[in-house]
Amino acid sequence: MRELLIGNHALARGAWEAGLRVAAAYPGTPSTEIIEALAQYPEVYAEWAPNEKVALEVAIGASIGGARSLAAMKHVGVNVAADPLMTLAYTGVNAGLVLVSADDPGLFSSQNEQDNRFYARMAQIPCLEPADSQEVRDMTRLAFDLSEEFDTPVMLRLTTRIAHSYSPVESGERQEIPLKDYVKQPAKYVMLPAFGKVRHRAVEERRQKLLTYAETTPLNRVEWADLRVGVITAGVAYQYVKEALPGVSVLKLGLTYPLPEKLVRDFVNEVGACYVVEELEPFLEDQLRALGLPVTGKALVPRVDELSSIIVAQTVGARVAAMDPAMVASDLAAVALSGAGAMGGQGACEGAHLEAKEAAAAAPADLPGRPPLMCPGCPHRGVFYVLKKLGLVVAGDIGCYTLGATPPLQAMDTCICMGASLGVSMGLEKARGAEFARRVVGVIGDSTFLHSGMTGLLEMVYNGGTGTLIILDNSTTAMTGHQDHPGTGYTASHQPAPKADLEQIARALGVHRVRVVDSYDLEAVERAIQEETAAPEPSVIIVRRPCALLKREKEAVYTVDPEACLGCRYCLDLGCPALSFNGEQAVIDPVQCNGCGLCTQVCPNEAIRKAGEDNE
Amino acid sequence: MRIMSNEVINVLLVGVGGQGTILAGRVLSRAALSLEGEVKVSDIHGMAQRGGSVVTQVRFGPRVFAPVMAPGTADFLVAFEKLEARRWLPYLRAEGWLIVNDQEMPPLPVLTGVATYPEDLVGEMGRLVKNMLALHALDLARLAGNVKAVNMVLMGALARRLPISREAWENALADSVPERFLEVNRKAFQLGWEGGGE
Repeated sequence: MRELLIGNHALARGAWEAGLRVAAAYPGTPSTEIIEALAQYPEVYAEWAPNEKVALEVAIGASIGGARSLAAMKHVGVNVAADPLMTLAYTGVNAGLVLVSADDPGLFSSQNEQDNRFYARMAQIPCLEPADSQEVRDMTRLAFDLSEEFDTPVMLRLTTRIAHSYSPVESGERQEIPLKDYVKQPAKYVMLPAFGKVRHRAVEERRQKLLTYAETTPLNRVEWADLRVGVITAGVAYQYVKEALPGVSVLKLGLTYPLPEKLVRDFVNEVGACYVVEELEPFLEDQLRALGLPVTGKALVPRVDELSSIIVAQTVGARVAAMDPAMVASDLAAVALSGAGAMGGQGACEGAHLEAKEAAAAAPADLPGRPPLMCPGCPHRGVFYVLKKLGLVVAGDIGCYTLGATPPLQAMDTCICMGASLGVSMGLEKARGAEFARRVVGVIGDSTFLHSGMTGLLEMVYNGGTGTLIILDNSTTAMTGHQDHPGTGYTASHQPAPKADLEQIARALGVHRVRVVDSYDLEAVERAIQEETAAPEPSVIIVRRPCALLKREKEAVYTVDPEACLGCRYCLDLGCPALSFNGEQAVIDPVQCNGCGLCTQVCPNEAIRKAGEDNE
Repeated sequence: MRIMSNEVINVLLVGVGGQGTILAGRVLSRAALSLEGEVKVSDIHGMAQRGGSVVTQVRFGPRVFAPVMAPGTADFLVAFEKLEARRWLPYLRAEGWLIVNDQEMPPLPVLTGVATYPEDLVGEMGRLVKNMLALHALDLARLAGNVKAVNMVLMGALARRLPISREAWENALADSVPERFLEVNRKAFQLGWEGGGE
């Protein structure tokens, strides 16, 4: 059957076909859909783990237990899982284990654009890079076989354009792979120093075997064309090369670690000039240069942001066109040479780093931007309104609420990684003293708190911090599309589960001052923040309301009484998309209004009322 | 030598998060799959969806490589909102078609008074492009029975200009839309098709 699938769904399909039994992940764009799809297959146990480290550990246990297993995460999630990964590389596997790393070149929904192929090299494990959904499905199936054949975890590296792009996929049937025997093997799975030393030798032997495999695997292939120019490429960059430079010879690497020395050397020697086109870091290029091969890559191709056909045409394409214009796609060359390509990549106005990309866009410079923002009725809005009003220093975290950093709220000072709000606010206090801590709060979401905020809170209690943590509890993992987590009371397959109690956790970690307030009650939120920041001991404020997008029924909307509206524009400080000004008076869009009522609390003249309520 | 990207039809769907661009892209891509060639679609999830500017890219033809298109190469720019049409206009090929929903959705900087919504965008774009169809998709969707069917009105207007059979569109609609919304969406598609005439 031929169907259009996004890379993540093709991955789930390929893993299911390969006899996958256990899969674990923490949601993160662009990887989230993998577990959501796997949870639909009755033969697969698929779960949301509290974080990526736990997810990989579950996959490791399942593999040792004889079941083919998979852990999926976004690129920065691998940082969290790096500890088990580096030692898993030593132990190897029993049944096949695949680690999916979904990287985000272009930072569509991430805090950085790190290149995770380096993890494969650091761990000395194979790295596969598919270039479309069909390859995702095929390579996923193969990855499990490779894992067992070479006794290694396999990294399958996707990027946003692979994970989230649809392309046709021919899929197959599920192989029934029997559960392997569980055999106690301490020398393989108990990494005491003596055993670890032996296993490190096994890693080296494995690397040699993989090098031999890499020379002949069909994962790597040469597409000969004009021999004057050769391009070595991988992943989605291959598609951009084929599009922009239809006339050149291409070495497409599907296995990007380890590199097959003879294959690459023969290719480079065969062609006149050899270029390397890869997204982000010069991962392939550095290794080719270490082999003494004369290749050109990052001297031309940008290291920052995602690539595109037009960028390939503008950079390598310009060199190739100088040699022979027939090797470059004529329409792209026309755009690239006219300078119109300088309009910037696909992301002209996507993501959160709007200004930078818009500055490069060709549309008139004065066109108003359209940044992402908190939804109407978002329970985070009021908290950031109060934080701005109080002028506090806010150590933020990762989630929808990171939008609290954008205008008009602009109430966030730092956002580093999952769970960092606590450590950062503690560090601010230790640097500048307890007095300064009276003006600092950490802000974290419920899912993020359970992911990696708890240890930070423990740190604050244990080491005598006096800070305040605000947990924005919207009872879901909202940013990635409403996944369950240990605090929602449901599993990835929507079965009831024990519900983690945030108040009890905070108390158990040693916080005496724990209080819960309603996100929609601005006065209560403000009072709680003032009292808790003033208190010279650790406190936790849980600001609670389900995500506005989870509300099933629409509440009565608010309207503005034109007689009473003073035109003061105070309500606009909320940054609510339902509120605007029509001349000198506020108006509320009844379609967008969610009925949260924040605006009526902000209005100094009671001009905003719930529809249907009496004016008197 | 065959120069690939010329044989591919590029459709760029742009709008505001929540307007149904992703579903429209799904219907279009399923319909395009009937042509036996390749189809690639790229949309953006996560942070960018929160009421921000959204874009879905659909490419189909005998062989499609990149899932995203280059500026200046879109054969069709289907804009669900005027300001987004203007923002993405540089992606349109000189001979391409701009299909624009004559609807104004002010972004936050306009709502808060930091910026003003440009005047006469449709008139300006009409002078900039060779082929433009501006229609009141919101009114047509309302006429079809649901204001959320703006996306299918625009797909109807687009369908008239694409070499894809009506039957393939019908099947793609039925495969993409829940049964209970199918009739409204069919009606919206038809109104768009009719409204898409000269």
